[in-house]
Amino acid sequence: MTSETQYAPGSHPELPPPPSTVGVVGWLRGNLFSNTTNTLLTIFAIYIVYLLVPPAISWTLFNADFSGDSREACDSGGACWVFINVRLGQFMYGFYPVEERWRVDSTFILLVVLMVPMFIDSFRHKAWLGAFILFVYPVIGFYLLAGGSFGLVEVETPMWGGLSLTLIIAIVGIVGSFPIGLLLALGRRSKMPAVSAFCTGFIELWRGVPLITVLFMSSVMFPLFLPEGVNFDKLIRALVGVMLFSAAYMAETVRGGLQAIPKGQYEGAEALGLTYWKSMTFIILPQALKHVIPGIVGNFIGLFKDTTLVLIIGLFDFLGIVQAASTDPKWLGYSIEGYVFCAMVYWVFCFSMSQYSQSVERKLHTGH
Amino acid sequence: MNKQDSAGPPASTTKPWNDPKVRSIFFQAVLLIAVVFSGMYIFGNTADNLERQGIATGFGFLGTTAGFGIITHLIDYSEASSYGRAFAVGLLNTLLVAFCGIIAATIIGVIVGIARLSKNWLVARMAMVYIETFRNIPLLLQIFFWYFAVLRALPSPKNSVNFADGVFINNRGIYMPSAIYEDGFSLVIWALLIAIIGVVVMARWAHKRRDQTGQQFHTVYASIGLLVGLPLLALIVAGFPLSWEIPALKGFNFVGGTVIIPEFVALWISLSIYTASFIAEIVRAGIQAVSHGQTEAAHALGIKAGPTLRLVILPQALRVIIPPLSSQYLNLTKNSSLATAIAYPEMVSVFTGTVLNQTGQAVEIISVTMGVYLSISLGISALMNWYNAKMALVER
Repeated sequence: MTSETQYAPGSHPELPPPPSTVGVVGWLRGNLFSNTTNTLLTIFAIYIVYLLVPPAISWTLFNADFSGDSREACDSGGACWVFINVRLGQFMYGFYPVEERWRVDSTFILLVVLMVPMFIDSFRHKAWLGAFILFVYPVIGFYLLAGGSFGLVEVETPMWGGLSLTLIIAIVGIVGSFPIGLLLALGRRSKMPAVSAFCTGFIELWRGVPLITVLFMSSVMFPLFLPEGVNFDKLIRALVGVMLFSAAYMAETVRGGLQAIPKGQYEGAEALGLTYWKSMTFIILPQALKHVIPGIVGNFIGLFKDTTLVLIIGLFDFLGIVQAASTDPKWLGYSIEGYVFCAMVYWVFCFSMSQYSQSVERKLHTGH
Repeated sequence: MNKQDSAGPPASTTKPWNDPKVRSIFFQAVLLIAVVFSGMYIFGNTADNLERQGIATGFGFLGTTAGFGIITHLIDYSEASSYGRAFAVGLLNTLLVAFCGIIAATIIGVIVGIARLSKNWLVARMAMVYIETFRNIPLLLQIFFWYFAVLRALPSPKNSVNFADGVFINNRGIYMPSAIYEDGFSLVIWALLIAIIGVVVMARWAHKRRDQTGQQFHTVYASIGLLVGLPLLALIVAGFPLSWEIPALKGFNFVGGTVIIPEFVALWISLSIYTASFIAEIVRAGIQAVSHGQTEAAHALGIKAGPTLRLVILPQALRVIIPPLSSQYLNLTKNSSLATAIAYPEMVSVFTGTVLNQTGQAVEIISVTMGVYLSISLGISALMNWYNAKMALVER
C-alpha cells in the first residue's frame, strides 16, 4: 500500500475514527483509563465493588433461605428471609385482626383507583375527583379502617400498625398540612403586619425544632391543653403534631412558588379589580402551585421518612413493628434481615417518588 | 360626603367595610383576639389540669437531685447532681455529636459530591449509588442498623478486637488509652499557643508579600512544621511530662482509659452518612452552577485539574453551596435528637425523656427543649448568614 497517493483537494475518502476512540475500547479509554490518576481510581473503585457487591449478593440471594416457617429452616449461612416471610402480615398490618385485613387493603386500593385518573392528562373532571378524594374519601377511609358502624367490627387505633400505619400517617400528614401550609404561606406574605408576624413566628417555631420534640409535645402536652375529660387518641395526637410540623415546611415551599411569580401577575389581577381571594385562587396560586409540585413531593418524601419517629412515642409503624419483631426471642439474631427488608421498602417508595418529582420538574422546565 | 372642603382630594365614597385600611385593621384585630383567647383557654386548661394532678409549676425542679446516672458526660456528673446539671450534660452531648457529625458529614459529602462529577464513569456511578441509597432510607432505620445490627454484634469485652494492645473495640464501646498530664505539661500548651500565633502572623506576612511582590510562600508546609515542631520541641525539653493510662480487662469489662460508647458511634456514623448524601448533592449542584467556561479558562491558563478545582471552582461554588449547606447542618443538629431511640444521653433523651418521666413537668421541660433547639437554629443561621455576606462581598 503506498501512502504517497495523491488526492485532488476535497476528494480524500472519509477515514474511520482511530479504533482506540470508538467502541468498547474507546469508551474504556475515555471513561476509565484516560490517565494515570484515573486508572488508579478505577482500580481502587473496582476493588471496593469487589469487596462489597459479591458478598452482599450471595448473602441476600444465593446463600439465603426463603421457605420454611421457623428459624430451623435457616441453615445456609446467608440471609434468613423466612423471618420476613413469617412476619410479613404483621409488618404490613400491625396488630389489625387477620380476618379484617381486607378493610385495610380496600382502603388503599380505593385510593389508588381514585388517583389513577389524576395522572391521565386527557381526564376532564380532575377538579371534581380531587375534591372527592380530599373531602369524601377520608370519611370512607376512616369508617372502613376504624369500623364500629355499617356492620363493621370496631378496630381501635392501637391495633393499627405496620406499613399501613406508616402510609396513613404520611398521607394524612401531607394532605392535612397542605391547606394549613397554603394559608401560612399567604399569611407570611400578607401586608398586614400582625398576620405576617403571626405566620412567620408560627413557621419558624416549627421549623426550628426537631420533629421528635413536636411528637413529645403532642403526646404529653396536648392532653394538658384540653379541658378535663376530653381526651384524644394517641394516633390523632401524633397526627396533629405531624400535620403542624409538616405545614410549616409546606408553607415555605409554597412561599417559594409565590415569590417566583412575577409582580406583574399580582398587579394585573389587582388592575382587573379582582379581590384578594379571587386573584389568589384564579391567578396566583394555579401558577405558583404548578412550580412547587417537585418541592411538595420532596416534602412528602421527607415526611414519609420522618413517620418512623412515631415509634418513639409508642406507635407501631413499619419500622417500629420490624424492630419489635427482631427482639422476639424466637427470632433473635435476625435483626439485619428485618432492617434490610425495611430499608428496601422505604427505598423503593422514596426513590420512585423522587424520580417522579424529577420527571415533573423536567416536564415543567421545557415550558420556558 | 363633605362638600365644603373642595381644596383637598375628593372625599372617599367607599363604605368603611370596603376600605382596605379598615378591613386590614379589622382582620388583624380578629386574629389577635382569636390568638389571645385560645391562648387563655389553653393556659386555663393547663393550669386546671396541673393543679388536679398536683404538679407545681415553675423551674424549681431544676435544683432537685436527679438520682439517675448518665453513661457519658463531658462535665462532672453523678447521681447526686441536680436536674439542671443533667440538662447541661445532655445539651453538651447534643453539641458534641452535632459538632463531630458536621465535620464528618462535610468531609464525606464534599468527597462524594466531587466524585459524583468525576470523569471516571465508575467513580461517578459509585457516588451516585451512595447518594441515592442513603438519602432514601430513613435516618432512624440507619441508626438502628448501626446500633443493633452492627455495634451490638461486635465481640464481647473478653474477645475484643485489639489494636496494638492499646485500643480495644467490643460491644461496650471503643476503649482507648487516655493521657495523664504531669507537671511541666503547661510548657507544651504554651508552645502550641505560640505556634498558632506564629502561623497567623506568618499567613498575614505571606499574604502581604504576595500582594506586593507576587512571590508565593508555602504557608501550608511551614504552618504544619510550626504546629507540630514547636510543641514537640517543648515536649522534649520538658522531658515528656505525659503518660498513658491503658485500658485493662478486669472482670467482665475494661477499666481505665477513655471509652467511646457504641451509642455515640452509631449516632455519629449514621448522622454523618445520611447528611453527607444531601451535602454531596448540594456540592454537586454548587460546582455545576459555576459556568464551564471558568474551568476551560483555568485550563487554558495552564492550571492543573487539582488547583483548578481548589482555587477557581470551589471558591465560586461556595457561594451557591453555603445557604443550603447551613440548613443541612441545622438538620443534622435537630436529627441528633433521634438518639433518644438508642438511649444516647443527649438533651432530648436525658431531659425530655428521663427527667420528664421523673418530674412530670411537661410544659417547662418541652418549652426549654424547644427553646434550646430554636436558639441553636437561629444561632447557626445567623452565623451562616454572616459568612454568606462575607463570601458575597468577593463577588465583582
